[in-house]
Amino acid sequence: MGERPVELEILRYNPETDREPRFQRYSVGCREEWVVLDALNHIKETVDPTLSYRWSCHMAVCGSCGMMINGEPKLACKSFLRDYVGVIRVEPLAYFPIERDLVTVIDDFMDKLARVKPYLIPKREQPVSDGEYRQTPAELKKFKQYTLCINCMLCYAACPQYGLIPKYIGPAAIALAHRYNQDSRDGGRDQRQEEIAATEGVWDCSFVGACSEVCPEHVDPAGALQQVKIASTVDWYREHLMPWKKK
Amino acid sequence: MSRRPYVREVSKSRWFLGQPRYLRYMARELTCVFIGAYSVLLLVALKRLSEGREAYEAFLQALASPAGIVFQAVTLAFALYHTVTWFNVTPKAMPIQIGEAFVPGGVIIGAHYAGWAAVTVLVLVLAEAL
Ligand code: FES
Repeated sequence: MGERPVELEILRYNPETDREPRFQRYSVGCREEWVVLDALNHIKETVDPTLSYRWSCHMAVCGSCGMMINGEPKLACKSFLRDYVGVIRVEPLAYFPIERDLVTVIDDFMDKLARVKPYLIPKREQPVSDGEYRQTPAELKKFKQYTLCINCMLCYAACPQYGLIPKYIGPAAIALAHRYNQDSRDGGRDQRQEEIAATEGVWDCSFVGACSEVCPEHVDPAGALQQVKIASTVDWYREHLMPWKKK
Repeated sequence: MSRRPYVREVSKSRWFLGQPRYLRYMARELTCVFIGAYSVLLLVALKRLSEGREAYEAFLQALASPAGIVFQAVTLAFALYHTVTWFNVTPKAMPIQIGEAFVPGGVIIGAHYAGWAAVTVLVLVLAEAL
C-alpha cells in the first residue's frame, strides 16, 4: 500500500508559554488508508511528542477525537486523508476554550448534560420482583436514533447560536433530554422541561440545522429541538386556553 | 502545570461570513424581510381598494411599472427559497410514526407541496368566480 507526503497545519497552544495559539506545519509520509487521527499519531510518535489531542477508540464510538478539519467539525478517526487535497488544517473544536493544542475545555457541555437529566426517571417505581419495564419495538423505535449520540460535541462546534450565546444548552444535551422524554418508560419530562423549554433551552435555537449536518451518527439533534419546541408550545396553549385540563 | 484556557472570540457581526452553511441560513432568514414587505403591499392594496376605483387602478399601474415588476420578481424568488427550504425541513419537526416505521421524509415534504398546490388552485378558482 502506497505512502504519500501529507502536509498538516495544526493549531498549537501551550498555556505555559504561549500568549495565543499559532499554526504549526508538519510534513509527514502517510499511508493511503490513514485517517487524520493516524497522521496525528504518526506526528506524535516520530516528529513532535508534545502534540496534544484526545482520542481513544479510533472507531467513531468514544466521541473524544472531535476537531475542526478544514473548518468543519469532524471526528479525526473518521476523516480519511485521501478525501482532502492540499494542506489539511486541524484546529480544536470551535467555540470551546482551548486547554492545550487540540484539547478543549468541555466542562460547559458536561454541566449542561447533567442539568437535562439524561437518564430514565421511571413513571412509577416498581420493585425488582415485578420484573422489567416493558416496551414494544415501536416504542423503542420512537427514540432509538437519539440513543446513538456519542457526546462528541461536533454539533456544538457547528452551532453558531452556541458560539454567540454560550448559555444556550445546545443540540446534543437537548436531543438527549428528548430521547428520554420520548421513552415510554420515562416520567421525567416535567423536570427536564424546566431546563430545555426555557429561553436558554430550545428557544435559543434558530434552526440553522448545522448540528444535524455534521453529526457523525445521524442523530439529527435539529429534529429533536424542533419537536421539543412544538411540544412546549402545545403545553403553553393547554395551560393558558384549557386550564381545566390538567396534564 | 498551570491551566490558562484560551477563549477564541466569536465576531458578533461577521460570524456567518466564509461559511457556506451559515450563509445559506442567513439567506433563509433574510427571506422573511421580503415576505413581510409583500404582506405590507397586500395591506396597501386593501387600503387603495377601499378608497375607490381610481385609487385602486393607480395602485395596479404602479405594480405594473418596471420597479413594481422588479420588486415582485425579487420577492417571488425569495418566497420560493423560503418555501422550499422550510418545506424540506418539515420531516424533522413533524415525524410521523405508523407502527414501527416512520413515514419517509419525502412523503411529508410532498404533502406540503400538495397542500400548497391545492390552496393555489383554490385561490385561482375563487379569483375566477368572483
Ligand atoms: S477516537 Fe473515538 S471517536 Fe474518534
